[in-house]
Amino acid sequence: MAILSRRRFLKIGAGAGAAATLGSRAPSWAGDFFGPARPGDRLERVPTYCDLCFWKCAAIATTRNGRLWKIEGNPEDPLSRGRLCPRGTGGVGAYYDTDRLRTPLVRRRNRGEDEWVEVTWDEALGEIAGRLQRLKAEHGPEALAFFSHGIGGNFLKHTFKAFGTPNLVAPSYAQCRGPRDVGFQLTFGEDVATPERTDIANARCLVLLGSHLGENMHNSQVQEFADAVGAGASVIVADPRFSVAAGKAKHYLPIKPGTDLALLLAWMNVLVGEGLYDREFVAAHGHGFEAFAAAIAPWTPEWAFPVTGLEPAAIRETAREMARHRPATLVHPGRHVTWYGDDAQRSRAIALVNALLGSWGRRGGFFFPASFEVPKYPYPPYPHAGRPPVDNPDGRYPFADLGLTNGIREATLSGRPYPIKAWFVYATNLLQALPNQEETLRAIQALDLMVVVDVVPSEIAGWADVVLPESVYLERYDDLNTEAFREPFVSLRQPVVESPDDQRPNWWIARELALRLGLEAWYPWRTVEEYLEARLAPAGLSLAELKRRGVVVGPHRPITVEEGHALEFPTPSGKVEFWSNQLAEHGFDPVPRYTPHPEPPPGYFRLLFGRAPVHTFSRTQTNPLLAEAMPENEVWINADVVRRSGLANGDAVRLVNQDGVESAPIRIKATERIRTDCVYLVHGFGHTAKGLRRTVGRGASDAQLITRYAVDPLMGGTGMNVNFVTLRAGAGKEA
Amino acid sequence: MARFGMVIDTARCVGCMDCVIACKTENQVPEGFHRDWITTEVSGRFPTLSMEIRTERCNHCDEPPCVTCCPTGASHVEEFGRIVLVNHEQCIGCKACLASCPYDARFVHPDGYADKCTFCIHRVEAGQDPACVAVCPTRCMHFGDLDDPQSEVSRLLQSRRHHALLPEAGTRPRIFYLS
Ligand code: SF4
Repeated sequence: MAILSRRRFLKIGAGAGAAATLGSRAPSWAGDFFGPARPGDRLERVPTYCDLCFWKCAAIATTRNGRLWKIEGNPEDPLSRGRLCPRGTGGVGAYYDTDRLRTPLVRRRNRGEDEWVEVTWDEALGEIAGRLQRLKAEHGPEALAFFSHGIGGNFLKHTFKAFGTPNLVAPSYAQCRGPRDVGFQLTFGEDVATPERTDIANARCLVLLGSHLGENMHNSQVQEFADAVGAGASVIVADPRFSVAAGKAKHYLPIKPGTDLALLLAWMNVLVGEGLYDREFVAAHGHGFEAFAAAIAPWTPEWAFPVTGLEPAAIRETAREMARHRPATLVHPGRHVTWYGDDAQRSRAIALVNALLGSWGRRGGFFFPASFEVPKYPYPPYPHAGRPPVDNPDGRYPFADLGLTNGIREATLSGRPYPIKAWFVYATNLLQALPNQEETLRAIQALDLMVVVDVVPSEIAGWADVVLPESVYLERYDDLNTEAFREPFVSLRQPVVESPDDQRPNWWIARELALRLGLEAWYPWRTVEEYLEARLAPAGLSLAELKRRGVVVGPHRPITVEEGHALEFPTPSGKVEFWSNQLAEHGFDPVPRYTPHPEPPPGYFRLLFGRAPVHTFSRTQTNPLLAEAMPENEVWINADVVRRSGLANGDAVRLVNQDGVESAPIRIKATERIRTDCVYLVHGFGHTAKGLRRTVGRGASDAQLITRYAVDPLMGGTGMNVNFVTLRAGAGKEA
Repeated sequence: MARFGMVIDTARCVGCMDCVIACKTENQVPEGFHRDWITTEVSGRFPTLSMEIRTERCNHCDEPPCVTCCPTGASHVEEFGRIVLVNHEQCIGCKACLASCPYDARFVHPDGYADKCTFCIHRVEAGQDPACVAVCPTRCMHFGDLDDPQSEVSRLLQSRRHHALLPEAGTRPRIFYLS
């Protein structure tokens, strides 16, 4: 990609502040190594909630003699139940990360020569505000798009709504869980939400399709998974890779990648054909069941056998196993489901299997989450956006209910339906999150302005015009977490320690920018404490209480039918839509159908990717504790394939995709734990940004190899498991 | 006096390394070293596989070769809980104990002494579980007195199938794995 050389990645961070000095003798992951605990140490415990991922577990950070020591779960918290995941425990390393951004930076373009200048916050924000005002005058406020991830984006989103743009997007939709939520909405009228409303703990049978619980560490889910396994639940895993969960399964189905929908259809066929489904539930709550039953009649296990590679007997046996435990059988909806471009329909098929098992609303199935009522801050109404969002022109994707990052990118490139001239990016490394990096880079080149707020000099920051260094979560307040779950709760993020350099919290950045944009009417509060107090008071809570306890849990309300919650289905028919009129009206299959996906050409393998427990996306690889636990990724290749290729475990290879894009060198993990037609790697490695000193050049990036993607016609999600790679030996792993 | 040990339920463990990271922060283990680690054992041929994931550390053996071989007495069995410890001041860093441990549980700390898992004795004395046990999101680890038949660890060993690592080494390890 020649384009990369035009704006070279800059060594942001290098030179700006010395790397933390090591302790006198012991080399340290903590900037200032302070040895084991001693009697008489002054300990202070500060409750907050975690930001190592979006799960937002409530935590208690301990400082020792004023310095950050450790972080543990808050026992009051319904999410963490007092125990964090490894990333949350390693959150200490986010603070001590020596690769952190330290001060605002502005690019000074010098005819192709990149040059960054350290500036004050006043200069940086002044420059952004000036350029945004010009943009507003020339192109309208809608020419600004905001990309964000996580709750930390709330205040900036507020500023940009006040500014007048409707173009607010997050990769968590079109690159992650969007299709799932659409598939469930079409079926039950409600989505699975986050944190997922899955009662894993009480499931008697848990079915995982490519969902690698235990490798992805959504804390509550992993805790409940262990509880379910401990209680002897029957686990069924369909995955091309023998995942950690597969190691705990009663039935492991080594499914051919890309054929999950065929398996789901065959399961439905057995459940209906053998009369194993929940007749009572279907009779009371089903819409269009007869037509549905007719539609799935052809998809027998015998039909599915050559498609999926799974024996008909195994398909039947697992379907019967699910039926045996219903309604406490949970076919897990997954989370990262943008695989093949028919993901909303596959997710709908998962919803339909659950519907046949009657698990919606039931103990051991999907509960009705409860949330703590905390009113929003009473802001003045936002200005009416003059033009609709650009990401989904003419409702091309009729079931998209949130903004599409890829739609913004497309509009930025085409200038249609109207030009997008500025991107403001918060806490999401778009180059690792969106498929086809070249398209993203071309879109960035077409911009007048790109601003990135981040904690480390990520790849996306390297392409920005202005980089704003954010305080890490341990140094800042954020908005309240009131997400719905098993118990209603409110939790607070509050500072534990001060920012080491000139980093600032997002609320401060959002407010200061708004003031410079003449939007003071939307910032009646001066400090975030005032904002939080104003939100908490009408809920009968105080900031002082939240600061002391970290989380407040409300009284338990019924969350299952067993506990007395009524079944309601806010679909057009008011029932569970086995047959979807909505889909039929838009020309889509009213009942999911299987369409084969292209297969790897000879000599190529399907590229699959997933998670490791100690990393989140591409955000945590410079965290010294997490980097030490997993410093690089490996490419998983079936041991026979490795042998036949004349390679060996630990050899470095490059992966070359169908379009000739070549990865950085990556070591082979030769393993029995994967099929022969695919390879697998953990996402988030292969960083190229020089400022990410601890991780640059380690492992390979799946994102770089995902040049192709299949767009979901229902909702615009980008299916990414459609790339094929071959191995190039002799990569000569650089030290 | 108690005889502390651990019972670890491998059916629950997902190998997430939370125990490893919690130990690093709790005990300020320097970069490049760790006192506990994860082992994954896979057997069979795809797709008929079985897998055991284990969190491992010093076994605080009843017959600890690292203690008998120590020339200075730095490596010793603590009266409290029969925990195997190293006295930093007495240790001369000769590495005899590193070589004698069949579990490879020891390393030389950059400050010059042999180091390893202490069962978080500072926490246990305060009535808490070791950091790895307390943090584990799968609740797969149990800590307690093996000599007390009523303790959780003893009851787990009475009721579940279990094994220890390298019993043939004759060190009588005190960490047990439920399968
Ligand atoms: S799941 Fe882990 S990383 Fe995510 S919020 Fe909870 S502790 Fe933090």
